[in-house]
Amino acid sequence: MQLVLEKRAERSNTIALVSPLIAIGLTIITMTILFAILGKNPLLALHAYFIAPLTDSYSLQEIAVKATPLVMIAIGLSLCYLANAWNIGAEGQFLIGAVAGSWIAVKTQGTDAGSWVLPAMLVLAAAGGALYALIPAICKVKFGASEILTSLMLVYVADLLLDYLVRGPWRDPHGFNFPTTAEFDPVATVPLLIEGGRLHLGSIIALLVVAAAAILLGRTIKGFEIRVVGAAPRAARFGGFNSNQLVILTFAVSGALAGLAGIIEVAGPVGHLQPGISPGYGFTAIIVAFLGRLNPLGILIAGLFLALTFIGGEQAQIAMKIPLDVTKVFQGILLFYVLACDSLILYRFKLVFPNRQVASGTH
Amino acid sequence: MRKSLLALATGLLLAGSVSAASAADKLKVGFIYLGPVGDLGWTYQHELARQALVKELGDKIETTFLENVPEGPDAERSIEQLVRAGNKLIFTTSFGYMDPTLKVAKKYPNVHFEHATGYKRNPNMSTYSAKWYQGRYIQGLIAAKMSKSGVLGYIGSFPIPEVVSGINATILAAQTINPNIKVKIIWANTWFDPGKEADAAKALIDQGADVIMQHTDSPAAMQIASERGKFAFGQDSEMIKFGPKTQLTSILDTWGPYYIERVKAELAGTWKSEDTWGGLDSHMFAMAPYTNMPEDVKKIAEDAQAAITSGKLHPFKCPVIGQDGKEVECKGGANLDAGQILGMNFYVKGIDDKLPGK
Repeated sequence: MQLVLEKRAERSNTIALVSPLIAIGLTIITMTILFAILGKNPLLALHAYFIAPLTDSYSLQEIAVKATPLVMIAIGLSLCYLANAWNIGAEGQFLIGAVAGSWIAVKTQGTDAGSWVLPAMLVLAAAGGALYALIPAICKVKFGASEILTSLMLVYVADLLLDYLVRGPWRDPHGFNFPTTAEFDPVATVPLLIEGGRLHLGSIIALLVVAAAAILLGRTIKGFEIRVVGAAPRAARFGGFNSNQLVILTFAVSGALAGLAGIIEVAGPVGHLQPGISPGYGFTAIIVAFLGRLNPLGILIAGLFLALTFIGGEQAQIAMKIPLDVTKVFQGILLFYVLACDSLILYRFKLVFPNRQVASGTH
Repeated sequence: MRKSLLALATGLLLAGSVSAASAADKLKVGFIYLGPVGDLGWTYQHELARQALVKELGDKIETTFLENVPEGPDAERSIEQLVRAGNKLIFTTSFGYMDPTLKVAKKYPNVHFEHATGYKRNPNMSTYSAKWYQGRYIQGLIAAKMSKSGVLGYIGSFPIPEVVSGINATILAAQTINPNIKVKIIWANTWFDPGKEADAAKALIDQGADVIMQHTDSPAAMQIASERGKFAFGQDSEMIKFGPKTQLTSILDTWGPYYIERVKAELAGTWKSEDTWGGLDSHMFAMAPYTNMPEDVKKIAEDAQAAITSGKLHPFKCPVIGQDGKEVECKGGANLDAGQILGMNFYVKGIDDKLPGK
């Protein structure tokens, strides 16, 4: 007797709906066991992770702040992935966007520049991110270079460029030589939405991006093209869709969104340009994109959910003295179950009883 | 079944909040750590100090720490989380937490903050740091004595004043023993990355260095030096178990006394915003035992340590000659002044390298 995975004749919509719930259920069971082994009260721990952060406006704001860059980047990546273009370098596009936008902030520092500064920063950041993403896209289309490798390698280039700028030309002259620009002027800062909180305009922009992506994919021909090129490349060719053009387009859009997320993070929560502005947002966003099944609304939910596990993990560290490693294990287990359960959408378990006589008959 | 589970959950939660209430009489002290508590370097020393604090004042305080907090946009949230959990005194233990700490400090004027190695302060935000360059000077003397090739290998983290002043102090000391001493510097651009640190150590040894010094936090360089039969200095903590025949000494961060003093002040209601920059005399750091060296070298090191502690010897005694051959302006009378050391942005003569960003 053997347990095998068998491909379903068609995707199961029931499983598609309940698989996240099964995954969360399995995660809770596993974590309960783990917490019990660690000698922590599982109910209190799960409360700290999942419920406590949702019960006060401060934590809700923090979840939104954390999710903002993840969602914006993941939306862009999902367009690429739907069109079979593998942009792995969103982290680099994020950094270049931050650098491009910061250029205006640094150059206008201490001058009477008006309220045009922030909009100009946003535009320049999006343009910077898009141009940076076009490098691997054009290399792929013109020379057949693997965009996975080129986009990934450009992350390190962006990182070093940022490093050079804040240690050299853009360094805060009054900053004792430490690697950071001076704090941005108020006109170069993303406005806060709630007095005393950290929720900023960027979260609204992220929501607009989600809505725009939903309309693009659901209601426009371009969106249809993107999905067809990814799902059925041959059909797309017969349909006259130009897949090269789509690689360029989706890379540019996804670079622009990553760049925008970069400047919003720098001109928002951080307030100045420095090394380490991204704790790996560009890579985490890849997980968010797939967790959200490359669907704009799904990505929004996935981004918020991943942010919840960060905030909850931190609160569990404080309230329960649960080590950070357990939070990471928790996130890992969750992703594992989600992806494992998702495979049941297209596959099902089947018990196989090998028939010996038939097997010997094949000699 | 569902209801009983729910009731159980509520009961447990209530029980949790009750025990929290009884703990509320204790002063809550929070810590933000850059690395994992097990990094065996920088963060580990802060953790040891926290444990010393608990041992000393455990009946009056409750401590909490958050580890592995990146020096980026997340730091502000992590600090604020500690405030919201009721911590009244919070130690943020890395330079990169400076602006986030200041932001949170301005938002919560009734909570006190202690920021390590920064320069921005507030009525409710102190800074504290140590004059590690004093220890580097002693290491420079030992290194010049122990090096056969006359080439020292130096693994830098970031070219910030704290690190640059350490390199300069090392070379100024080494030049008093061997005027032609050479130093090779590799910037790891990280505080903690054992892989990178090990690579840097290998590269330095391949370039002829036979004494390895580091301003990064892991024992990786010590292990490489040990494998290759060279000498090395530990960093932040006692690393002799990673190189029993290799470690000459190590600068040990000893934050415990400072933490205990500040928490006592907080308990007594006498906490004030201050700028503490302590050296060997105030025990902000200590030197690990001088090992794997002949007696005469050990004597030189011990004498220098005594002279620095008593104030007779200053590593940046004027005249200090810059890399460009010009004498550095002497703002502190007989020595460079604190501002010049805290903002040090030049190499001294004899360093055959270019300071990044210069």
